[in-house]
Amino acid sequence: MTISTTVNGKAVTLNAEPDSPLLWAIREELGLTGTKFGCGIAACGACTVHVNGEPARSCSLPVSEVAGKSITTIEGIKGSDGTLHAVQKAWIAAQVPQCGYCQSGQIMAAVALIEKTGKPSDDQIDEAMTNICRCGTYPRIRKAIHAATGQAATAVEGAA
Amino acid sequence: MADNPTLEMEQPAATKRKGVKRRAFLIGGVAIVGAGLFGISIMDSNAVKTAAKLTAGKGEHSFATWLKISEDNVVTIYSPHTDIGQGSNTGLAQMLAEELDANWDLVKLVSAPAESAFANVGLGRGFLGEMTGQPGIINGVPQSFLSFLARQMNLQITGGSTALRFTGQVTFQKVGAATRLALIETAAKRLGVPASELTTQDSHVIHAKSSRSLPYGKLAAEAATLSLNNEPTLKDPKNYRLMRQSVPRLDIPAKVDGTAQYGMDFSVPDMRVATIMAAPVRGGKLTSVDEAPVLAVKGVEKVIKLDDAVAVVGKGYWAAISGLRAMTPQFTDGGNGAISTASIFKAYDDLIAKGEPAGEAGEGDVKAAMGPKPIEAKYQVPFLHHAMMEPFALTAHYKDGKLDIWGGMQDPLASKMMAVDVSGLDGDKVTFHPMLIGGSFGRRLPMYMEIVSQVTKLAMQLPYPVKLIWSREEEIAQGAYRPQSAAILKANVTANKRIAAFSNDYAQTESAEAETTFIYNLPAVARRNYEHKSNQITGAWRSVNSTQQGFYNESFMDELAHAAGVDPVEFRRNHLKADSRHLRVLDECARLANWKAPLPEGVGRGVAIVESFKTIVAHVIEASVKEDGMPKVHKITTVVDAGSIVNPDAAKAQIEGGTLMGLSSAIGEAVTLEKGAVQQSNFSDYPLLKLADAPLVHDIHFINSGAYMGGIGEPGVPPAAPALANALFAATGKRVRNLPILKQAKA
Repeated sequence: MTISTTVNGKAVTLNAEPDSPLLWAIREELGLTGTKFGCGIAACGACTVHVNGEPARSCSLPVSEVAGKSITTIEGIKGSDGTLHAVQKAWIAAQVPQCGYCQSGQIMAAVALIEKTGKPSDDQIDEAMTNICRCGTYPRIRKAIHAATGQAATAVEGAA
Repeated sequence: MADNPTLEMEQPAATKRKGVKRRAFLIGGVAIVGAGLFGISIMDSNAVKTAAKLTAGKGEHSFATWLKISEDNVVTIYSPHTDIGQGSNTGLAQMLAEELDANWDLVKLVSAPAESAFANVGLGRGFLGEMTGQPGIINGVPQSFLSFLARQMNLQITGGSTALRFTGQVTFQKVGAATRLALIETAAKRLGVPASELTTQDSHVIHAKSSRSLPYGKLAAEAATLSLNNEPTLKDPKNYRLMRQSVPRLDIPAKVDGTAQYGMDFSVPDMRVATIMAAPVRGGKLTSVDEAPVLAVKGVEKVIKLDDAVAVVGKGYWAAISGLRAMTPQFTDGGNGAISTASIFKAYDDLIAKGEPAGEAGEGDVKAAMGPKPIEAKYQVPFLHHAMMEPFALTAHYKDGKLDIWGGMQDPLASKMMAVDVSGLDGDKVTFHPMLIGGSFGRRLPMYMEIVSQVTKLAMQLPYPVKLIWSREEEIAQGAYRPQSAAILKANVTANKRIAAFSNDYAQTESAEAETTFIYNLPAVARRNYEHKSNQITGAWRSVNSTQQGFYNESFMDELAHAAGVDPVEFRRNHLKADSRHLRVLDECARLANWKAPLPEGVGRGVAIVESFKTIVAHVIEASVKEDGMPKVHKITTVVDAGSIVNPDAAKAQIEGGTLMGLSSAIGEAVTLEKGAVQQSNFSDYPLLKLADAPLVHDIHFINSGAYMGGIGEPGVPPAAPALANALFAATGKRVRNLPILKQAKA
């Protein structure tokens, strides 16, 4: 079937089986490979995108459910002039990524959290940031979220 | 070489050894051959010419294979390592650029394997002796042995925490320094001044007396014709400007905007996607497949039967995985149907009870010193999965007699060689194109790359390119796991609160001795290993056997301290050599952690110190038990002595990540077997640590002892589990001897 939707501000028509996950339409049909496949069961969050501004794990979201909705991927959060999103800048400043594979999803989850809360507290970060990172970049993710929202880093820097 | 790193793996205390010291030999191989090869290649004009042909375009000049300088003054460095996210390529560039006195803003790092010609010829063939301008040392080595050695070397190329300490120290610093000397020599001639009057800075040779300077780019053409000094003097560290600085990692920008391309992301026109299911019981064979329901799935094009697996090829991943799920293939169990986690532990118990170790090391008369009533404890740890975030994905295309493979592996050369073996093609008909790796931790090493074999077999019978993706379920079920292992530890602590005898009898699939440095200075020690093969593959899991050995020894030391009624830090101090690096690391960690400061009710403090890959790491962990019974880590204080650090922030990131990986596995990870098959299937039943469970405070401190550089990617892992278990004991009085901890410390 064909599904009309908007991806990163552009109207697109996807040709996909209705039960096939959004992830594969994004990656294989649109060629937007920044959104990653990690587990296929919405457990790791590597595939996180925004659907109408809300974070969604696209590996388990049937493409039929996004008809008429607005989807944003990691490729779509830069400014129109190509400048990085404040969260992306904070990610570089804090040198967050290691292998980097989960980071598109982490950044999309963080952007959604910040859009919702403004200046998230540590508890809000704990609750919202459930994406898995095997490299263990969590302390820097927390630090980058605080930095992106103009907050001093919490204790992760530590006081010796 | 005076500081030959082979020495570090020696076990001088060994009294009896059976079997091969696997890792010691491999690392030795890298060190000896690596040093010789690289050393000579600096001098070898044929090698340089070949590299120059492959890398240097118009207006570019190649030096010593590993770098080129362009006339507009850009220095391009070719790294032979695959940066898996540990920042080693940035570190290597820092090391070379430091000695070259290059302008960092004009330094470009190119991963050598990404340039296929350079990777396969300059690196691959260079190691294999196929290169036309091969260093003399390689000519004298039989091809078969060379091939074997090259495989082993490549195992270490990105692994064993070797990038900076071997490639960096042995090669890249010297290449940078030697190139700098050639540039100075050229400038001296051109300016008509003695070389001794010249200095270098920011990619310029400077003559201060006459206020003249020449950019490297204007000297490179002539300098590239000179013979390079094979043993240049390296900089005094006090003059470093790039090394020991937290230079931002070069790979990070592409990892925050989705442009970084991993093996999973590769595509070519007409490509199909396949997924696969191997025999659930490792060792089993495929017997039958019901193809009809699979082929009825829209988008499925083909079912391909392999000896021990079945693959479904479709238009995309969803078609392929839907097809796979529609089938119920039948496999034999290969005679392994009775193997379980319990049966393996039973076999370990029986082996240790029988008392015929496969290998033994130690010193002193343990039997005599053990006394009649030793303290004894049994520990057990499970198989662990690497669980890297990018599942295996390789693309292969067989066309016009040539096979191309794209994807991320820790050893591109060995991957190519496996594809050569499986396809039956000549080596020059097979090209492996390495791509970015989405995590590995030892999973993508050569011994267990069945996906290379699988994708080769698929591609050889398909008329179009095919990308083979392992589902997460396949990934979890078909791992190359950290061995399941058990140990019985015994010690005699005498009335003076000192250990008179200490023994560690451990059983697993093979010896863990070579990787394990026993740091305590005791009168009598015995470490005996018992080997039992299951149907599972023994994998190298970040820090390899140091994880379980660190857990055994450091947990038991804690038990002994409490049995002796001595503070655990004090007890360890009493058994470390005075003035040793270990003692300094322990003391610093205890001091920085305020070891004796009071803690809130229910919170305990635990310490552990482990040396692995020549780096000493101590953690002090503060932890409690949550309401649900699971452990909660509040604070970690870490002290690291890796000799010296090239990039402090990148090193800190490795210690952070390694510590969290150690905690994740200690708290909740286990691969278990029943009827020969892995019971876990995804992150739902193989839970990894999440952000909320990472401690808010992790203080990390480095001691620059100046000792020979140790590894940094792995050594943060081993002390994490015992430090947490010891903290939970301090908090609850419950001793955790089996991992994962889960709810064992619950009140």
